[in-house]
Amino acid sequence: MAAKRATAKSNVSGEELTQFYRDMLLIRRFEEKAGQLYGMGLIGGFCHLYIGQEAVVVGLESAAEDGDKRITSYRDHGHMLACGMDANGVMAELTGRAGGYSKGKGGSMHMFSKEKHFYGGHGIVGAQVPLGAGLAFADKYNGNGRVTFTYFGDGAANQGQVYETFNMAALWDLPCIFVIENNQYAMGTAQARSTSSQDIYKRGEAFGIPGEMVDGMDVLAVKDASERAVKHCRSGKGPYILEIKTYRYRGHSMSDPAKYRTREEVQKMREERDPIEHVRQLLLTGKHASEDDLKAIDKDIKAVVNASAEFAKESPLPDEAELWTDIYAEAAQ
Amino acid sequence: MATEILMPALSPTMEDGTLAKWLVKEGDTVQSGDIIAEIETDKATMEFEAVDEGVIGKILVAEGTEGVAVNTAIAILAEDGEDVSTLEVAPTADAGSKTAATATSEASAPARAAPPEAPQPDLSPDWPEGTPMKTSTVREALRDAMAEEMRANDSVYLMGEEVAEYQGAYKVSQGLLDEFGAKRVIDTPITEHGFAGIAVGAAFGGLNPIVEFMTFNFAMQAIDQIINSAAKTLYMSGGQMGAPMVFRGPNGAAARVGAQHSHDYAAWYAQIPGLKVAMPYSAADAKGLLKSAIRDPNPVIFLENEILYGRSFEVPALDNFTIPFGKARIWREGSDVTIVSFGIGMQYALEAADKLAEDGISAEVIDLRTLRPIDYDTVLASVMKTNRCVTVEEGFPVGSIGNHLSATIMQRAFDYLDAPVINCAGKDVPMPYAANLEKLALVTTDEVIAAVKQVTYR
Repeated sequence: MAAKRATAKSNVSGEELTQFYRDMLLIRRFEEKAGQLYGMGLIGGFCHLYIGQEAVVVGLESAAEDGDKRITSYRDHGHMLACGMDANGVMAELTGRAGGYSKGKGGSMHMFSKEKHFYGGHGIVGAQVPLGAGLAFADKYNGNGRVTFTYFGDGAANQGQVYETFNMAALWDLPCIFVIENNQYAMGTAQARSTSSQDIYKRGEAFGIPGEMVDGMDVLAVKDASERAVKHCRSGKGPYILEIKTYRYRGHSMSDPAKYRTREEVQKMREERDPIEHVRQLLLTGKHASEDDLKAIDKDIKAVVNASAEFAKESPLPDEAELWTDIYAEAAQ
Repeated sequence: MATEILMPALSPTMEDGTLAKWLVKEGDTVQSGDIIAEIETDKATMEFEAVDEGVIGKILVAEGTEGVAVNTAIAILAEDGEDVSTLEVAPTADAGSKTAATATSEASAPARAAPPEAPQPDLSPDWPEGTPMKTSTVREALRDAMAEEMRANDSVYLMGEEVAEYQGAYKVSQGLLDEFGAKRVIDTPITEHGFAGIAVGAAFGGLNPIVEFMTFNFAMQAIDQIINSAAKTLYMSGGQMGAPMVFRGPNGAAARVGAQHSHDYAAWYAQIPGLKVAMPYSAADAKGLLKSAIRDPNPVIFLENEILYGRSFEVPALDNFTIPFGKARIWREGSDVTIVSFGIGMQYALEAADKLAEDGISAEVIDLRTLRPIDYDTVLASVMKTNRCVTVEEGFPVGSIGNHLSATIMQRAFDYLDAPVINCAGKDVPMPYAANLEKLALVTTDEVIAAVKQVTYR
């Protein structure tokens, strides 16, 4: 792929690298556990895993400041963990329990955290794009210097509302970073079969929105690009597009056998471009961490994930009275 | 410690499947993510990955086995160096689905028929007696409501096509740009889906947008954002965030604008939990309800009418005058029949009542004013008095507001009815352009009169 990779002199400390490793590993282990709980029937409905795409959200979040907002599609577990939401609350939402972020009423695709400025979790492909621009609209209206990360996939990039949004975001200089997570398959349709021009980031040119393609298997490349995009948006220059080339190892959802691509293709990505292995090697070769240090991190992460699974199993089902709550907000008196 | 590998559920509906093939054998070391088996569901053959690392200790279910129930132990995974020869298979735990099953059976307990509740209508006046009144058009009343609320709250803003420099396609936002500036009165491109979505996002972000649709016919472009994003998010987020905003604009037929510009959406939006829906007739209601809508912390659909914009009514000259949602207005008291309507339907209802009075039929006329919530109690109390009911609306007849009211009256006031409820509605056809056909497609005063005569057996 022609995507930019991080330069060797990428300005990153051992500490930051270690944090990237930890954050990405948490997402991967969490998702593996979610897949397992789905298999056990503890998670129902649709469940879209983020495995393989971890460097995207971890790299993006490294440039976020307190109060910045994020919004994404239904493949949202990684985004929630990366912005600091509690693994227990996310997992318990997956199992539809009272301890979940939405009290069990949202599920895998519909989760939110006002506290962490995570605005969902949206199940309609592309609908989060104008919503994200709207969050940025509110920030600009309030003049608070915040930016919004609006994530969507290569599939959503063909929705008309994306271009309606590009137009208005550029027209009104909205501080919105459009992050196209191009994992190369819109459910089972390869990008080449659905998309007339392959470089989605160039579609902003028609609206005067700068864009770039980024290697999404390299967290440092994502971090660099994210810093550029955030700087652009925060300085009042309007929106920015990052097309991040990534790859999901699992099917579109848990019930997708992924027959539209070869096992070899997936295996090659896993072996040659795994984003976590990449950071692991950087940590080891740069002598930022020893094998033992990394093992200790693995163990920590496993404990967090196992605890979240336990919490998600033990948390009670929502009270039946919850059926009738949260339909309308009460007016503040 | 050894762990059991369980037969996975690989689709939302899978209960059992075929263990088609093992890709590992006993003694193999596996890493998390390795594909260890192929499993056939009713839909597809799926690859099954190891979650934990370890050594395949025992394979408990041979490949080729059909009908393996979800959560059956199919293999045992040992940690490196662990002896698995002595391991025993514990009975399969299935906590998750058991809990779910219990909950389902409790939830599906048959509903007991409750005795109908006696209606308790709120008969308080909308404004104190003796309040000075001034004459205002519906158009001015709507503008005044927006201006007053924008003065009171900086996070209220107006966006839509032609709302600013053009002063509104129907001049409803006249003067607002001058007073509030381009930051708060925003012309959008012609892009309903996009700007509705941006407004919902802005509402998530703490603002109180008023979105004007040039007509609600164009809001169909945006309906996904209105329903899926604005109406449902409060529930889906467990109460954490919602969309405190108003979608407003003209709705229903105007005059000779054909099928794509004449649709009355009242019944559509009234169906959606999470939305509130207002459809005023008079200028006072337009003002009082729009002010309530702007202050409401929920998404409100505010259905106006092009023909009514220029109509004048008396409006109370009060600061801070609002009309609450869910409170119908009795326009005219009567004893022989209840006519229930809303929006421009009120014009036909009131005209019919006047003419019926000449024939000695006393009609009580109720304006619902809001369709979500609906003031059932005022309607029921009236029907219990008159024993007859006719509903009037401009929308299509199938799945109409009148249909819903009829069902409610049947459930809660069946014994009081002396005749079946009749629903007067628009005809079940796309709106034609030709003047004579358009007239036939719309509900008319004569049809309301005929319906009243039918229910009163005159």
